[in-house]
Amino acid sequence: MDDTIYALSSGALPSGVAIVRISGPHTRDVLFRMAGEIGSNRVAHLRSIRNRNGELIDSGLVLFFPGPSSFTGEDCGELQVHGGRAVVQALLSELGSIQGLRHAEPGEFSRRAFHNGKLDLVEVEGLADLISAETEMQRRLAVEHAQGGMSAVYQGWARRLTHARAMIEAELDFADEDDVPGSVAEAIWGDMASLQIEIAEHIAGARLAEIIRDGLKVVIAGRPNAGKSSLINHLAGRDVAIVTDIAGTTRDVLSVDLSLAGFSVRLYDTAGLRETSEPIEREGIRRARSTLQDADLVLLLSDVPNGFADVTRESEHSKLIRVRTKIDQIDQIWDKADFDIAISTKTGEGIETLLSRISSYLPVLTGKISFSIPSRRRHVDCLNQAVDAIAASLIHSKTGLDIQAEYLRVAGDALGRITGRVDVEELLDVIFSEFCIGK
Amino acid sequence: MTLKYDVVIIGGGHAGCEAASAAARMGARTALLTHRRDTIGVMSCNPAIGGLGKGHLVREIDAMDGLMGRIADAAGIQFRLLNRKKGPAVRGPRTQADRRLYREAMQEAIASIENLDVIEGDAFDLLMNGRQLSGVTLKNGRTISCRTVVLTTGTFLRGLIHLGERKIPAGRMGEEPSLGLSATLERFGLRLGRLKTGTPARLDGRTIDWENVGRQGADDEPVPFSFMTDRINNRQIECGVTRTTAATHKIITDNLGKSAMYSGQIMGVGPRYCPSIEDKIVKFGERDGHQIFLEPEGLDDNTVYPNGISTSLPENIQQEFIRTIPCLEHVVILQPGYAIEYDHVDPRELSSTLEVLKIPGLFLAGQINGTTGYEEAGAQGLVAGLNAALVCGGNDPHVFSRTNSYIGVMIDDLTSRGVSEPYRMFTSRAEYRLSLRADNADVRLTPDAISLGMVSAERQHRFQCWARTFETAKASLMALQVTPNEARKFGFHINQDGQRRSAFELLSYAEHSIGSLARLWPELSAIEPKIAAALEIDATYAVYMEKQAADIANVKREESAEIPEYFDFSILSGLSNELVQKLTLTAPRNLAQVLKVDGMTPAAASLILAYLRRDTVQSVPPKKAIQ
Repeated sequence: MDDTIYALSSGALPSGVAIVRISGPHTRDVLFRMAGEIGSNRVAHLRSIRNRNGELIDSGLVLFFPGPSSFTGEDCGELQVHGGRAVVQALLSELGSIQGLRHAEPGEFSRRAFHNGKLDLVEVEGLADLISAETEMQRRLAVEHAQGGMSAVYQGWARRLTHARAMIEAELDFADEDDVPGSVAEAIWGDMASLQIEIAEHIAGARLAEIIRDGLKVVIAGRPNAGKSSLINHLAGRDVAIVTDIAGTTRDVLSVDLSLAGFSVRLYDTAGLRETSEPIEREGIRRARSTLQDADLVLLLSDVPNGFADVTRESEHSKLIRVRTKIDQIDQIWDKADFDIAISTKTGEGIETLLSRISSYLPVLTGKISFSIPSRRRHVDCLNQAVDAIAASLIHSKTGLDIQAEYLRVAGDALGRITGRVDVEELLDVIFSEFCIGK
Repeated sequence: MTLKYDVVIIGGGHAGCEAASAAARMGARTALLTHRRDTIGVMSCNPAIGGLGKGHLVREIDAMDGLMGRIADAAGIQFRLLNRKKGPAVRGPRTQADRRLYREAMQEAIASIENLDVIEGDAFDLLMNGRQLSGVTLKNGRTISCRTVVLTTGTFLRGLIHLGERKIPAGRMGEEPSLGLSATLERFGLRLGRLKTGTPARLDGRTIDWENVGRQGADDEPVPFSFMTDRINNRQIECGVTRTTAATHKIITDNLGKSAMYSGQIMGVGPRYCPSIEDKIVKFGERDGHQIFLEPEGLDDNTVYPNGISTSLPENIQQEFIRTIPCLEHVVILQPGYAIEYDHVDPRELSSTLEVLKIPGLFLAGQINGTTGYEEAGAQGLVAGLNAALVCGGNDPHVFSRTNSYIGVMIDDLTSRGVSEPYRMFTSRAEYRLSLRADNADVRLTPDAISLGMVSAERQHRFQCWARTFETAKASLMALQVTPNEARKFGFHINQDGQRRSAFELLSYAEHSIGSLARLWPELSAIEPKIAAALEIDATYAVYMEKQAADIANVKREESAEIPEYFDFSILSGLSNELVQKLTLTAPRNLAQVLKVDGMTPAAASLILAYLRRDTVQSVPPKKAIQ
């Protein structure tokens, strides 16, 4: 990996400041060539940044981070310039014209950091999430992962599992050794039982993490012309959906993201549910039903008193709010028990109540909430395999130590897919450090 | 006149004997070249064969119709099945062996093999014809021409014995080292390393206080190693058991500076699982004592091997500390313990048939590859001898896989990761331990050995009869079915789910045996005990074998994703320099080995896989600055 790469690392232009990052062996030369001598490392220096003909591109801050103590583990540099399109363009073209430099591929800085052992897989994924975090909760979760908080937890588990396996292997492979007590493996089962519980609780947190990452899925459903599109437009504060008096206007599933109490809430507007022979609308209704299947919360809308009944069947969902709409048109007689909330998108009445009701479906977060929760499907899958295997190992206490060991090996492999493979040499290291082997 | 052979085996130890036997059984004209005919089959260290992991290897050597299992059965004087109570997958057969009986049986077996000549002589150099091996020269100037050589030099390559401050160039106590061959290997540019091992003093059994010493006996019913052995005829003996004391530890601590290992004279790395008594005291000094087994070296031999106190302290200190051990107060030392350093070749220089990549035709087996133990050596000898013969016949190599044998596990470990200490087999090294059992070694390997043509007619017949009987019995167990309700009437507690179960399924529960199932189906009592025991084990593991089968298929796929020889990993952009270095050094031959490289990440592995999956090998596009 001899290339030196560069890229604009800050956001879309124009902006107040633009940061161009450089990483690779030529970094120091490039900075010297464009900005002259850089003083102390890791300190911002105000410099004139010039092209090869000595013409000024901009004046800005220049920083140099020598490897391996840098983000990527290689020599890294930053050029902080004014965020005008022309300035940044001039800077990037100048960098591009230098022999041995090329523009970074997407994610290449992180990949280099990963390859140089600066980040592990969990941290890289956390970093990717951090960059794309849109809400406060997403940011906090991502920070936890990117800073290795999760890795520390997973590695702690992996260590306990390794220790347990080492004790079993000591008993199996060194049964004839004086220093290995015959029941050495027995002592580990208590810890494996608590490990099983800890991982299981952690997995239960996965749902929360998913809500943080992907937002709470709120589906607006109901009969045609119940006011679903009006509600989504009202909540979005703009016209995302076409609203007409014609039943069946909405064909596809539309979605809008809201930020509510620090969480992302994704609202889906769906086609009104009814029997129809119109092929496009039929497809829309099929999509609406499938969206309903994965909803975290369903807002069921109706502008007529008994308009909920036939739609309620569509969703067995316990998380359902019956919303009476169009209360500005007072021509219907409603029984109070027939609906949960009444709104008007015209007058805005009831909307606050609806929002606070939606908020009540968000996870309850106290200030101290732990963000040690798995946020990736991949992690949850591996953790599930690990916890199942540990459980199986505990159940098979009468079948034989070799079979229990086999289940713990499977558990170790599963955890290893998150944190890195645990090798037999590591088991042997534990054994040889704890027991005097060798008769 | 020049002698002409297909295969020449250099060395008559455990690797050399198996290599010679395998090559000759494959039909190659084979010569076994050794310093002295009467040292063939000598056990240089402890007088025992087998153990955990090692016993598996012996069973596998036997399944390929090798020698070690049968010889151990003929010489065994204390058979014990280790882990008897812990599940068949981790049971390890072991026996102590009478040194003389072992040596004699081995020499007799070697002498009786067709196509095999024993030549006394000191191999000095290898003859090359271009890049191709063409023969061996002896120290006396004679030459033997051959197509392939299996080099099994044990600890003889630049062997150096340390005894306190004395240094004695030797391969074994009293035997000359091989100096010429080390130079030969260096000339070929092979990476050499230096390892160390040790052996304890030998004691005169007549001066041990046997009255007061603890005892360990043999199993009541000795389980032989070999499929071909019906019963063990030797008288079985007991070993003595005693312990070091605080006084022992004090003498050793006070004299550490005189130990070759602690005075800085020894550069080689010793095994952690076979530490010297000095190591034990330094690392685990807080223990109140370390166990010592007093193992008689033979039925009519007064020599006793004190297992557990190998040392490189000076002779007088050895005597002093040994005499602080209970029951050894008046013991006479016949030969002092010593440490020995020797050269080994980095096994990553070898292919999975143990052929040196840089020197086609040259195979290495045993301690020269950085292993320790008779069993590890014998198993490698088998692989090298078999493949040396295949090369001579122009045939495809026979490779053992991690998924079918401990032999495969060992060779894959050695050739893909090298060694940092003498390599010993453990059951924990085998991922597919539940499938690779000592009891099913024959089923796993004998069919291969039969198709290779290296099995005696007698074994082939016996194995095929056995396999047929087993399969028939298994099929009948599968066919016998019972409902939970019926089963209950006979006193079997089964989930009352109305599901019919076969006798084979019932057998998979730990609480059922062929004997107990005979209550339901009296015809089962006709199954002979050996077959019954095999069926019980087979049923117990059946469900796990199915689970492992998927894993095994996966590994086989990874093993089949081959990486070209001398592949340049640095052309893969995106691999860290560190990984490129490690990959270049370990030179993995397939994806399964890539995944085991220290520090390998899923991302890096997928990068390599993606590259391997390309149809054609193309060079990386030239680096270009992007405007």
